[in-house]
Amino acid sequence: MLKDSHPSEIETILAHYPPDQKRSAAMPLLYLAQSAYGYLSPAAIAEVADLVGASSTQVGSLVGFYSLYHDEPGGKVRMQVCVDLPCALKGADALAETVCRNLGIRLGETTPDGTITVEGVMCLAGCDKAPVFQSQESDGIHYHESQTVETAMAWVEQIRKGQADG
Amino acid sequence: MAEHILLRHLDLPDIDQLDVYLAHGGFEALRQAVTGKTPSDVIEIVKASGLRGRGGAGFPAGVKWSFLTPNVFPRYVVVNADESEPGTFKDREIMERNPYQFLEGVALCAYAAQAETAYIYCRGEFWDLTRRLEQRLAELEQRGLLGRNLFGTPYSLHIHMHLGAGAYICGEETALLESLEGKLGQPRLRPPFPAAKGLYGQPTVVNNVETLANLPPILARGADWYRTIGTAQSPGPKVFCLSGHVNRPGNYELPLGTTFRTLIFEHGGGIPGGHAAKAILPAGASAPLLMATDEVLDTPMDYESVAKAGSMLGSASVIVMDETVDIAWVGWKTTRFFKHESCGKCTPCREGTYWMLHVIERLRAGDGAAGDIDLLEAVARGMQGKCLCPLGEFAVMPVLSGIERFRPDYAALAGNGR
Repeated sequence: MLKDSHPSEIETILAHYPPDQKRSAAMPLLYLAQSAYGYLSPAAIAEVADLVGASSTQVGSLVGFYSLYHDEPGGKVRMQVCVDLPCALKGADALAETVCRNLGIRLGETTPDGTITVEGVMCLAGCDKAPVFQSQESDGIHYHESQTVETAMAWVEQIRKGQADG
Repeated sequence: MAEHILLRHLDLPDIDQLDVYLAHGGFEALRQAVTGKTPSDVIEIVKASGLRGRGGAGFPAGVKWSFLTPNVFPRYVVVNADESEPGTFKDREIMERNPYQFLEGVALCAYAAQAETAYIYCRGEFWDLTRRLEQRLAELEQRGLLGRNLFGTPYSLHIHMHLGAGAYICGEETALLESLEGKLGQPRLRPPFPAAKGLYGQPTVVNNVETLANLPPILARGADWYRTIGTAQSPGPKVFCLSGHVNRPGNYELPLGTTFRTLIFEHGGGIPGGHAAKAILPAGASAPLLMATDEVLDTPMDYESVAKAGSMLGSASVIVMDETVDIAWVGWKTTRFFKHESCGKCTPCREGTYWMLHVIERLRAGDGAAGDIDLLEAVARGMQGKCLCPLGEFAVMPVLSGIERFRPDYAALAGNGR
């Protein structure tokens, strides 16, 4: 249970909001749960709901609404390539396709070893350094800008090596 | 412009270090306001400066603050740092590279609004940036520049970071407030406006990052100085985000009223590969497409002139497309975006974006009927003026303007199917 494994993080999150407005903490607590469990299972959602005094339905609806929450397990790392207009003008679609082809998967799929899920996502506010992808990992979300197929594949190899070593 | 007012890190690369910011007069405006001015003094100065909101709507900031319901407390200041408009990346640069000017601006706004709590709502993707700003806020509290009894006065201020989780709609201020309350990011019916009933039902000011970054220089140097930059109706500097087919994409801080030509060719270095500009989106995906004619290129980028040219300045996110770009493909990209980001609350937007995408994809698949362009236009017109919030209105703009101004690109796809 998060209550037992992450008590101080929970306390810090709740302290940002008025005591009678605990529901505001639902989103940060969902991030905490996702990082702890890898994805948001019905049990994880129920835990967060309990912590903020909302129903599981209310908290569960957030998971469906917001794209950075995941209700099923994916790769250990999600590689999220922006394929929106400004990045697409700079070849983002081709980049995403080539990376997927090299990995033997289609966009939205996970490599057979369970390491990487490649997804196409909407604008990441990095259009001047297009193409851009972000990596959603257990320790948060990180930007990778001014990408080429070579730099993207080099990053992929580094992740795979890290996973194999770890 | 010789001196950068907002992108100050271009002149002072270490301005993201607190001591460097302080050495250059940082937090003096806040100290003088809190110790020597009333909140209404601050509002009057900002009104006199003519500062207009930089998030897209261009509403005068000081006027917005004066709508706060009197004598109702607590009040809140909420910063819209949900920067998600395709082609927009200015707030991120300000928060990363000139963070203390931004945070001082948040504090000045909070003081003017008599709010003792402020939330900075960052899009979820700004994870690393949010962690960094949390550290900076802790540092400011330690140094007595934020926190209880600021500068020995009864006024206290705490600023909190809050992460969104991937939803463009949360850039709409009432959807942002819903999201901050732990709910789905769906817009509220207005009125009441946030100034009357905002966060937790209390009077609330919601402002964009860039708007707030203007406050320390306005307070430090005065409204008259501020009005020497820009135009009479649109005073001050503006950060223009330049992306797409240009040699030097990036953020450029220029006076409002600078022409597209100056931005694209002088600052952006022109179009790569000897190509010609074909189309311009002046406000990200959320505005009508302009043909890159000489007349358009010579249009000054202020709120009024861009409207007269047939589009909107919005957040000033200028996306340039060269003549190799198929405008029906642009319509597909923007419609895909809005369909994905429609929150689902109101029917015209939820259904309209779905059907627009359906028709465009049918056209692109080579399966379009002769009447499909008219059908697409009819769906778009069916949404216009009927949506709960601007998202649905934005969604139709690149499509209708594309059909009107670049019809051959759509016509090339129609009539291949049944």
